[in-house]
Amino acid sequence: MQRPLENFLRALRAADIRVSPAESIDAHQTVELVGYSDRQFFKDALCVALAKTPEEVASFDDVFEMFFQRDEFDTNDEGEDGESSQPPESAEGDEAFAEQMENVPLAEMILDADGNELSAAMEQSANRVGATEIRFFTQRGYFTRRILDDMGLRDLERLIAQLRRSGEGDDDETGASDLANRLEQGRRYLLDETRAYVERQYELYARANGENLREEFLMETKMSNLEHRDFDRMHKIVRRMAKKLATRYARQRRHTKRGQLDIRRTMRHNMPHDGIPFHVFWKQTKIERPKIVVICDVSKSVAAAARFLLLFLYSLHEVIAQLEAFAFSDRLISVGDILNNNDVEQAIPEIMNAIGFRSTDYGQALDDYEEGFMDDLDRNTTIIILGDGRSNFTDPRIDIMRRMHDRSRSVIWLNPEPETFWGTGDSEMPRYRPFCHVAKTCSTVMHLERVIDDILKSYARS
Amino acid sequence: MTDPNAAKFENVDTIVAGLGEQGYITSQQIATAIFIAENLTKPILVEGSAGVGKTELALASAAWLGLPLIRMQCYEGLDESKALYEWKYGKQLLYTQILKDKMGDVLGDTPTLEGAMEKLHGFGDMFFSEEFLEPRPLLKALRQERGAVLLIDEIDKSDEEFEAFLLEILSAFQVTIPEIGTITSTVPPLVFLTSNNMREMGDALKRRCLHLYIPLPDAKLEERIVAARVPNIEEKLRRKLVAFVQMLREQDLKKLPSISETLDWARVLLLLHADDLTPALVHDTLNVLLKFEQDIHAVRPQIAEITRKARQYGDRGYVTPNATTS
Repeated sequence: MQRPLENFLRALRAADIRVSPAESIDAHQTVELVGYSDRQFFKDALCVALAKTPEEVASFDDVFEMFFQRDEFDTNDEGEDGESSQPPESAEGDEAFAEQMENVPLAEMILDADGNELSAAMEQSANRVGATEIRFFTQRGYFTRRILDDMGLRDLERLIAQLRRSGEGDDDETGASDLANRLEQGRRYLLDETRAYVERQYELYARANGENLREEFLMETKMSNLEHRDFDRMHKIVRRMAKKLATRYARQRRHTKRGQLDIRRTMRHNMPHDGIPFHVFWKQTKIERPKIVVICDVSKSVAAAARFLLLFLYSLHEVIAQLEAFAFSDRLISVGDILNNNDVEQAIPEIMNAIGFRSTDYGQALDDYEEGFMDDLDRNTTIIILGDGRSNFTDPRIDIMRRMHDRSRSVIWLNPEPETFWGTGDSEMPRYRPFCHVAKTCSTVMHLERVIDDILKSYARS
Repeated sequence: MTDPNAAKFENVDTIVAGLGEQGYITSQQIATAIFIAENLTKPILVEGSAGVGKTELALASAAWLGLPLIRMQCYEGLDESKALYEWKYGKQLLYTQILKDKMGDVLGDTPTLEGAMEKLHGFGDMFFSEEFLEPRPLLKALRQERGAVLLIDEIDKSDEEFEAFLLEILSAFQVTIPEIGTITSTVPPLVFLTSNNMREMGDALKRRCLHLYIPLPDAKLEERIVAARVPNIEEKLRRKLVAFVQMLREQDLKKLPSISETLDWARVLLLLHADDLTPALVHDTLNVLLKFEQDIHAVRPQIAEITRKARQYGDRGYVTPNATTS
């Protein structure tokens, strides 16, 4: 069982369940403890030892069912024609060819109609040719062929041809062609089974690889080039990213410096004891939680990227409590409520309906912000602006930008356009830029992650 | 493993039965987790939404095994002086004050400073001995002679640093106190960690634990749980209220009612001497089941409909609600 279990663990890894060596030791111990007799028990036990999150439990279920699925080869009786359902008779006929058959164990197995033996033989062959190493979709035919060759398919085919020849001439008293037919049937069945088996191996070991590749690719694709059908996948990626960032960000606020006495507090609290320090207090540093204000451009010019910017906004909103979200094109609105009350599929269209796809007016949007929300800015606030800075030649209201810059801790501008485009046409980027602590091109999800990570880090340090 | 308890861990069925006696109705999966945990001496990380009985599982296990339950509630800022041990600083001070006079007697006849120092060294460790050690939950659990059930509740509320600090205890069942040395448990405690998934736990911690996810129960299991916990409630009403809750869980709600809410509701109905589920009654008591204004608002218009269906199930006997709601 050592080997199948190892393979099973590999399949789990392929399905994105992290199985470390320590856990694989656990798995072996668990198996030793529970044995194989009770399938459900076996499954539950392994699941408890290996899957560590609800999502992993779900994929564990799938992998387990697929891995330990054994279609018994039903070579016998029903599904085949009449002859094979009368073993005694056919066994008689077989004797005539026993000599030829001796060299072809595969033929014997087919005639014995021993499903277990056949599937065991197939798995052994599969192990020998390394079918679990399968990586690509296109390798399936290759591995099927190799497994069959290893099982001795060529010999079987030769035998069938031989039998056919000898059955042709006379009246076929010996039942040669009859036997050939049965073998042929068995051969076809074996072919199907092997194909299915290889397919399963592919599903188990390689499929997730493809998925990972796809995700990596998406991480580096420009947001404006992403296609609608990738939306779900993107949501998953962005969510995971946002969660990772949030975990780091939620790090403890108070950090005790043990060893440094807070003399003032200690004295104060020990007054009643004549100054004998019964209660000691240590110095602490407080780490402020950042307040984040995100202002997202959803106008026509950034329409392609806007969906993903909003997606990111949504995910951040899910995981960071103190996040205020705004969206604008010609006017600016607070979208916190929309993000709160809807799930992502509804929230994004709703925001787009409310404010999206109009022509941009940064000046007006900033004015709206100052009017309604400027008072919330304080020295702990970070402002993140997601937009291209193209304002249709309207007044960019640099003065408001300056005030925002002065009041907040930092202003970060993430622009989906490459830096060389800044300042061309109606782009006001060069004028806004002096009032941003950071202004960066941010066209892929990877960029986004890096930038946000930097922001959170800078808070942790101070 | 203590001898009288060895038999209790013989197989999964004895665990199910044992916990059942304590009024904790388990699924096979939960029992399997405990079985493995005890045999591999590994802690169990229990996850699931609020109110599915994570904490209760630890309480029931302790009662069933007859072991003391030591509970540690986690919160932000929890550190080792509150979780593991602390020196009884006040007592140390008090003793030095009282013993001040004694000092003179002890050192009185020593002529030189070196001699006095030498003598003092002999007493040096007196104030950092077990006498002055204030054991906190974790140390207490390790020092129980017969073993214990240690419940580390809501581990996700604690800081990441604290998580790291737990690792030594969870994998080796020992702690190191610099002044005294390493304290190893004689009988490793059965450890439950619960988490509401406020934050993702670190991989290192996860790796050391078995993972158990407790889902919301299906109707059959839930009926048995209600029967065990609120035994006085009439069978028909019980069936109806469970069917009602099960259907409620199919709604799109912010916080789905879990087992503890079902039990609360059953108790409320019992208290009100209700003998049937009527829309009016549901209307008045809905706030026991749903904890958000929006949820209550969303469900209110459908009360009559859901109640009607629930009553049908109650009268007809057990049918899976899923079969007919669609």
